[in-house]
Amino acid sequence: MKLVTAVIKPFKLDDVKDALKAAGVAGITVTEVRGFGRQGGHTETYRGAEYKIDFVPKVSLSVVVGDDVVDGVVDAIVSSAATGKIGDGKIWITDVERLVRIRTAEEGVDAV
Amino acid sequence: MRKRALRIMSGLGGVIAVLAITPSVGFAQEYTPTAQDYLNNLWVFLAGVLVFFMQAGFALVEAGLTRAKNVVNIFAKNIADATVGILAFFATGYAFAFGESGGWFIGTDNFFLDGLDMAAIPEGGLSPATTFFFQAVFAATAVTIASGAMAERTKFTSYLIFSVVMCAFIYPVVVHWTWGGGLIADIQIGDAVFSDFAGSGIVHMTGGIAAFMGALFLGPRIGKYDSEGNVRAIPGHSIPFATLGVFILWVGWFGFNPGSELLADEFVSTIAVNTMLAAAAGALLTTITIWIKSGKPDVAMIGNGALAGLVAITGPCGAVTPMMSVVIGAVGGVIVVFSVLFFDKVKIDDPVGAVSVHGVVGAWGVLSIGLFATYDDAFLGREDAGLFYGGGFEQLAVQALMVLIILVWVGVTTAALFAGIKATVGLRVSPEEEFEGLDVLEHGLQGYAPDVAHSS
Repeated sequence: MKLVTAVIKPFKLDDVKDALKAAGVAGITVTEVRGFGRQGGHTETYRGAEYKIDFVPKVSLSVVVGDDVVDGVVDAIVSSAATGKIGDGKIWITDVERLVRIRTAEEGVDAV
Repeated sequence: MRKRALRIMSGLGGVIAVLAITPSVGFAQEYTPTAQDYLNNLWVFLAGVLVFFMQAGFALVEAGLTRAKNVVNIFAKNIADATVGILAFFATGYAFAFGESGGWFIGTDNFFLDGLDMAAIPEGGLSPATTFFFQAVFAATAVTIASGAMAERTKFTSYLIFSVVMCAFIYPVVVHWTWGGGLIADIQIGDAVFSDFAGSGIVHMTGGIAAFMGALFLGPRIGKYDSEGNVRAIPGHSIPFATLGVFILWVGWFGFNPGSELLADEFVSTIAVNTMLAAAAGALLTTITIWIKSGKPDVAMIGNGALAGLVAITGPCGAVTPMMSVVIGAVGGVIVVFSVLFFDKVKIDDPVGAVSVHGVVGAWGVLSIGLFATYDDAFLGREDAGLFYGGGFEQLAVQALMVLIILVWVGVTTAALFAGIKATVGLRVSPEEEFEGLDVLEHGLQGYAPDVAHSS
């Protein structure tokens, strides 16, 4: 099993959700996050004074999937979240040692 | 001298004077009020209720334009102004402002409302109860103006001391000098005597100067300026709060200005119209000005613009035409933007713009009477007193003198007060507390406690 984590542009969340559902993903966990990458921050004004937003709002989503579908899931995220402009985000995949569904205590791929 | 001045003198002083001569016999027994008399008192009372509601507006504006970690402290300070402030005005403030036996400087009797027949309505005037109610809510307004400028870094106990001294002494002296018939009321240049209908200077500039001194003695919030001294914005945590607060203040002003007519007559509505127009013009011109200056119609500034229009028209609302009300409000709306930017630049950190809205624009409101006064429903004693209506420079000179006197009095006394507090109990919280927020460390609770993950 793999944990797929993606940081994407917030307005792309709906597209990514639909693409993941179409790819057969049963559930995702979404977190609102802030950070900076190569996009950097931007400047806003408040009461005539400028201030820099160093940490840009993004959405992070996590999904645990079986090894066989990882590539399909990554492709779905890439194709649905890309705008071609700087700041589209990143995807990283990590190994999952153990997975348990709390309700039934099922383990492994059965719990995905 | 037209109605207004006579009204305060005879209505208020008259009752007191008669009572002083015949202490055992109430004036009310000698005069049976008419329906009009009751209507006058009822209107001024209801206007006072609207003015009291402005406390909610101030609280929301201040809370909205500051950070979530200090929201409890902001509301606590506003409650303090409405409690200790009112009680202080009851104890000594009213006596200093309107006490009968005073001279040019200060009134010296009716402490704790002692010796007043509270219910006695004189012919064509207000009972002491109505007058006190209306004046007490004005005092609470004057003191609460400083709260916003001192936000996010002032010790709560120190603020309480300020609030008491302001309502008990500093503000009442200004009132005594003007509406109470003291120092400023005695000034006459040519035919001109001072005019400040509902208190652009007496209430708002007084509060604004105290706000300035508070911000000056406190110093800027941590993080307001970078290491090179450049201004850094500290955005407020709730624009909805701030905007709702502006609207509540706006509504309250329809008591503040029309109530200051001190009668239920035909001018109540004309004053309300002037008030409404100036607020709209102020907000519009601030929108245009800030849009040009920073490229965005910043609502945090536009709210200040509506209030600037209202502060500006507070003094002249009984003496100017609707068209000139638009002009006065519009000029206030432009002034406030440049004033906020100026005080930011000179390192007076005023999180809500109170110094600009109430102090600077309050002074503009007082001076505008010297330019635009044409009617006389505001102590003027003559028509067409303004420079642009052929009244010459006398009125403008008296108005300028009034600004100067209030500036010196409030500036010196509040400076002494803040210096005294700083040297004794201290004025500012520790840097650690400022970073953590005043809510938990000063008041022991959070404004927005989490629903989950809190210890039980």
